[in-house]
Amino acid sequence: MEKILEVNDLHVSFDTFAGEVQAVRGVNFHLNKGETLAIVGESGSGKSVTSKAVMRLIPNPPGRIKEGEIKFGDRDLAQLSEKEMQKIRGSEISMIFQDPMTSLNPTMTIGKQIMEGLVKHQNMSKSEAKERAVELLKLVGIPNAEGRVNEFPHQFSGGMRQRVVIAIALACNPRVLIADEPTTALDVTIQAQILELLNDLQEKMGTSIIFITHDLGVVANIADRVAVMYAGKIVETGTVDEIFYNPQHPYTWGLLGSMPSLDSTDEELIAIPGSPPDLLDPPKGDAFAPRNPYAMKIDTEMEPPLFKISDTHYAATWLLHEKAPKVEPPGAIKKRMQGMAPSEPIIGAKDGGKNV
Amino acid sequence: MSSQEKLLEIKNLKQHFKVGKSTVKAVDGLTFDIYKGETFGLVGESGCGKSTTGRTIIRLYDATDGEVRFNGEDVHGKKSAKELKKFNQKMQMIFQDPYASLNPRMTVSDIIAEGIDIHGLSTSKKARMDKVVDLLETVGLNKEHANRYPHEFSGGQRQRIGIARALAVDPEFIIADEPISALDVSIQAQVVNLMKKLQREKGLTYLFIAHDLSMVKYISDRIGVMYRGQIVELAESEELYRNPLHPYTQSLLSAIPLPDPEYERSRKRKVYDPEKHLPKDGEERVLREVMEGHWIACTEEEYQKYQVTI
Ligand SMILES: Nc1ncnc2c1ncn2[C@@H]1O[C@H](COP(=O)(O)OP(=O)(O)OP(=O)(O)O)[C@@H](O)[C@H]1O
Ligand SMILES: Nc1ncnc2c1ncn2[C@@H]1O[C@H](COP(=O)(O)OP(=O)(O)OP(=O)(O)O)[C@@H](O)[C@H]1O
Ligand code: SF4
Ligand SMILES: [Mg+2]
Ligand SMILES: [Mg+2]
Repeated sequence: MEKILEVNDLHVSFDTFAGEVQAVRGVNFHLNKGETLAIVGESGSGKSVTSKAVMRLIPNPPGRIKEGEIKFGDRDLAQLSEKEMQKIRGSEISMIFQDPMTSLNPTMTIGKQIMEGLVKHQNMSKSEAKERAVELLKLVGIPNAEGRVNEFPHQFSGGMRQRVVIAIALACNPRVLIADEPTTALDVTIQAQILELLNDLQEKMGTSIIFITHDLGVVANIADRVAVMYAGKIVETGTVDEIFYNPQHPYTWGLLGSMPSLDSTDEELIAIPGSPPDLLDPPKGDAFAPRNPYAMKIDTEMEPPLFKISDTHYAATWLLHEKAPKVEPPGAIKKRMQGMAPSEPIIGAKDGGKNV
Repeated sequence: MSSQEKLLEIKNLKQHFKVGKSTVKAVDGLTFDIYKGETFGLVGESGCGKSTTGRTIIRLYDATDGEVRFNGEDVHGKKSAKELKKFNQKMQMIFQDPYASLNPRMTVSDIIAEGIDIHGLSTSKKARMDKVVDLLETVGLNKEHANRYPHEFSGGQRQRIGIARALAVDPEFIIADEPISALDVSIQAQVVNLMKKLQREKGLTYLFIAHDLSMVKYISDRIGVMYRGQIVELAESEELYRNPLHPYTQSLLSAIPLPDPEYERSRKRKVYDPEKHLPKDGEERVLREVMEGHWIACTEEEYQKYQVTI
């Protein structure tokens, strides 16, 4: 499989008055051509900072890429000048930001906002750009695109605005699309439309996608591979099936366990106790140890390396060391590993119910 | 489990807002009961009127029309100050945003004890502090936290403080408006487990409002599905998810992505188009019980059909 993007040993820090916040602490991952890689992890784990670093959008000061390589083809994005980056941003790699509502200009028509880049960077004439804008709105499923291209953002619903943001991100057929929680603020039906749209676009245009979220349902829907982040590091990575059906890191167990399945009501949710560490002063050893009921002595002393489970599956936990005691994941996780869906599919899973 | 004793009876509740010259019918004729000791979940898309329902029940708004009875007594309508205070003590609310809902200039103990003070529930300073410490421990915090300020806490901890504040006046009924939406998945589970534990221990009754349909299913005994200011379906949660009958409910449930890749590969979504679901001759749909405990908004004709197909 062809790698389109490869990040090696990325470190990003913010210099604040309280000290150095080590937001990203040695992240490695790659993105294959045409696939969707989901990055999951709780708030503050460094998902947005990682993706902004790839786009070279870390505000400096206070932020800086301390170390690491971001290989995109034969270029290292970490080393490019701002001018060179501007050519890549939007045209080759584009990003949908976490807050969709603020990424549109309220005083400009939807069409103008889509056309802006096309005219500036692709040397299109105005009429060509307008045609393309209408085409893009159709692509993202806006009905009556010819008319609506002249409307303003407030005339669109939340879900439609998010589609417009996607249309802008796709304007130049980027090879890589980074979507940072593009559906978190949306209703489940609108979320479903956006996920279908992204799956569809990927099929048609072969875009490679990095999808950031903390909703594991969304991950199961959209991802080919998953990277689980904790306290500025990737602690487990694997194909979507490996992560859901054979998770190895106790933090991944915790994430899976804290979501209720639709067919269980009696058992307690497995909450992860405590809260994530302070990145001003990251703990020695495994950063998850203080919240990990399976933590061993070594976890508080030495950081675990990535252990290989398969060619595509790696996890950083001492539990995988040959000398570690054999630990079984909690019962509820084991059950989930056999598949979480209700034993009888809820309506819609097969061909659905009556009366519709 | 819950008894069948009614704690709350809501009858034809309406909340219409005047916005300029037009009227927003945020809540438009709700009728349902909440039983003692149960968790009643309220779900539906953004803007369908869930928060307005909660806020109207607890009298943050005066109802445009309809009735709310608590333990058989009318909550709305004219009340003496004393009666009002009594209702305020028995019904409490937990808010969505744990950041905005706590006064940043008050210490945690003052935030928690505010209700105790208002209702004169403690006899001495020491009794007050004991109660605060007790509440902090109940929600999984400790007495060292009492003199700190909200900004020193994480989102999950702040939500615990909000819960402790609600519990301080020994309420019977708590309206939780998206109490976990602003929290991380792992922290959500902490708060939900806590709410369940408190319910077991104190026999609390909850109205639980949320977007997250799998969490609602998990915590609720019964669920009402709202659409445009009305309840379109109401059933026990198990029944609702296994056997959704209203096309809007079916569409809502079919859109939930579950953390199971195999299931996701085969999930087919249903789309609800209200235009294609208009009743004949403009007949109004009303909530009818098609099976024991399972209610659907339908016309008389649709009702007859449900009787045949079920
Ligand atoms: N401008 C900044 N100055 C200081 N610290 C920052 C800045 N931006 C991010 N951080 C810190 O970097 C860490 C990682 O933040 P990041 O935004 O990547 O988290 P995230 O995983 O995207 O979380 P969320 O799910 O909440 O979006 C956090 O501890 C955050 O406080
Ligand atoms: N004070 C108000 N004045 C005017 N309109 C209001 C007011 N409060 C709510 N509305 C309107 O009433 C409708 C219902 O709003 P409500 O906040 O109850 O929805 P909700 O179901 O809680 O949505 P969400 O899931 O987004 O919180 C919306 O159209 C909203 O704009
Ligand atoms: S959309 Fe195209 S033209 Fe606009 S900034 Fe991005 S790459 Fe440049
Ligand atoms: Mg983020
Ligand atoms: Mg609301």
